[in-house]
Amino acid sequence: MKRRTVLAGGAAAAALGMTRAAWAQQETVKAGFIYVGPKNDGGWSQHHHEAALEMAEHFGDKVELVIQESVPEGADSERAMTQMALGGADIIFTTSFGFMDPTINVAAKFPDVKFEHCTGYKTADNVGVYSARFYEGRAVQGFLAGKMTKTNKIGYIASFPIPEVIRGINSAYIHAKQVNPDVEFAVIWAFTWFDPAKESDAAQALIEQGCDVVLQHTDSTAPQAAAQKAGDVYTFGQAADMAEYAPMPRISSIIDVWAPYYIERVQAVLDGTWESDNTWDGIGAGMVGIGEISSAVPDDIKTEAEALRDSIASGEYHPFTGPLNKQDGSAWLAEGEVADDGTLAGLNFYVEGLKGDIPS
Amino acid sequence: MIRLEKRPQPSRAWSYATPVLAVVITMIAGGILFAFLGKDPFLAIKTIFYDPLLGEFAWYYRGQLLVKAGPLILIAIGLSLGFRAGIWNIGAEGQYIMGAIFGAAVGLAFYPMEARWLIFPLMVIAGALGGFLWAMIPAILKTRFNTNEILVSLLLVYVAEQFLASMALGALRNPEGSGFPGSRNLQQYPAAANTELIAGTGMHWGVVAAFIAVIAAYVLLKRHMLGYQIRLTGESPRAARFAGVRPNLLIIFCMGISGALAGLAGLFEVAGPAGQISIDFNSGYGFTAIIVAFLGRLHPVGILLAGLLLALTYIGGEAAQANLGLPAAAIQAFQGMLLFFLLAVDVLTNYRIRLRRTEAA
Repeated sequence: MKRRTVLAGGAAAAALGMTRAAWAQQETVKAGFIYVGPKNDGGWSQHHHEAALEMAEHFGDKVELVIQESVPEGADSERAMTQMALGGADIIFTTSFGFMDPTINVAAKFPDVKFEHCTGYKTADNVGVYSARFYEGRAVQGFLAGKMTKTNKIGYIASFPIPEVIRGINSAYIHAKQVNPDVEFAVIWAFTWFDPAKESDAAQALIEQGCDVVLQHTDSTAPQAAAQKAGDVYTFGQAADMAEYAPMPRISSIIDVWAPYYIERVQAVLDGTWESDNTWDGIGAGMVGIGEISSAVPDDIKTEAEALRDSIASGEYHPFTGPLNKQDGSAWLAEGEVADDGTLAGLNFYVEGLKGDIPS
Repeated sequence: MIRLEKRPQPSRAWSYATPVLAVVITMIAGGILFAFLGKDPFLAIKTIFYDPLLGEFAWYYRGQLLVKAGPLILIAIGLSLGFRAGIWNIGAEGQYIMGAIFGAAVGLAFYPMEARWLIFPLMVIAGALGGFLWAMIPAILKTRFNTNEILVSLLLVYVAEQFLASMALGALRNPEGSGFPGSRNLQQYPAAANTELIAGTGMHWGVVAAFIAVIAAYVLLKRHMLGYQIRLTGESPRAARFAGVRPNLLIIFCMGISGALAGLAGLFEVAGPAGQISIDFNSGYGFTAIIVAFLGRLHPVGILLAGLLLALTYIGGEAAQANLGLPAAAIQAFQGMLLFFLLAVDVLTNYRIRLRRTEAA
């Protein structure tokens, strides 16, 4: 094993005609993480941070962890990454969609540093991308929302109209509709990943419109707080379990499970076997976790939801299975047809039945 | 007993000394804050103020300093002219956004033509025009209907942000971006890119424009009739009217020039460091520039120095975050302290401190 990696490293260096010594085995690794929000946001960034800490603990002395939180997307993030690379980081995880172009730019300047960009689609020799199939979790949420709503109105706090978010709305809607044909979705675009004040306003507005289940694709617990105040509104934890709001209003959650991936990728750097990848894992591979379905949900519904979760995990059922039409009524997937990853990766339309427009 | 006594004239010496004093006090108070967070205060202050200038990686940071300071200075210079005359344009952030959109739209309209000699200058003009027009809304509303330019210009920032989002998702979206929001990357379009003029220095056209603006503002205020009118209006609007200043024209001029400069800053940013129109392209330069303008005493040279200083706290602050593990909030508090202490010690410019024995009780 050892010898083979050394040989592979040598071959790569020879092939590229440049020194790629850093690609070989190393004793220690300096791993950097860049977060879009504060590391204690209670959701997305916090979960990346906790996974990073878990990874660092796993490796002990072999890994030095450096982080930078609340990094604005855009030009500033490019400097944050450069700073880390200059500071000697061997691998840098950039954990927001908006870091995509900056990651590619900085990676081009530091060919010996490996980069891992979360939720993007651009790769390079030293840039891998990873994301989770959150839409699988959204299917379970949609199912629960459709079953639990009494007003048949479900609110959805969306962040940015990018494919990841649109997939989530579609998946939740499809599965809510399957169990409750009268269900309607109201979507509010918050244009932020993390802004407790805005999220709280959005939740409030949805509740006032009569929504008694509120889903969110933003990272704070402000919607939970708003729902708790309203009393009879159900919500779901986003990115983190948000169990402090269980059993009501939080009745389940989608949990991002990044630590195993981080451990695997840092191990690859230690071994000298790191290669650019494109990882997109779901419930089955353990990257998406479904948080405990709380006691507020009747037992029979809970059992059905868990069955749905398990059938997605086993690959038996795909959340985007035809027949499905686009919002304008044109055909998308025929009976039994399953959406391919390419279409899903760039998904930019609603399925039939959803009202309103995707901002454009 | 300590008493404050108003000076007949603001002290010249103190008006130069207070910014320096404020920086020193900020360093001390910041050091104490960092010590409470369990970090070595000397190391933290060194990381923020010394390393970016003279440390190991200074060759990279010095350039970044210019990249960060350029738009701040450019915007602050424009704002300072209005501020001196008592015209409060608080919405530079919105004008910055509109300049970026106008400029980028012109550049993208020519894609993929290669005539840089034509496209880039047109983008610069469009950028300035975008900011100018956006600033004309509060300006004309003020001159016509006497609305408050502070409120109108500030609220238009939020309108501009919505417009930015709709451009990133709609008209300016990259047709080859597979549905993702954001325009084409102008950095990868040579005819429109605002690249570094000398590699590795951070010096791009926006920084050049900032330096030119500093010199032009200096000359304007020192030598030009208009500069005199601006200063006079700020000091005594009534006297200015007698001296033949036409207040409405001055409002239009000050709002227009600050809008145009903010628009230019936006254009140079979107074509350069940022590269593309995205939903959250703006990162607060327009607001931070207000601090820069005041920190620099509304004086062109002062603004130049203040812009560089604030850029230093950003760059050094980021380094302290990444290398020493200081939380981002501590850095923001540190920057806040700077303005706080500046305003606090400002008292010394206008007042003198008298120590007096208490009179018989």
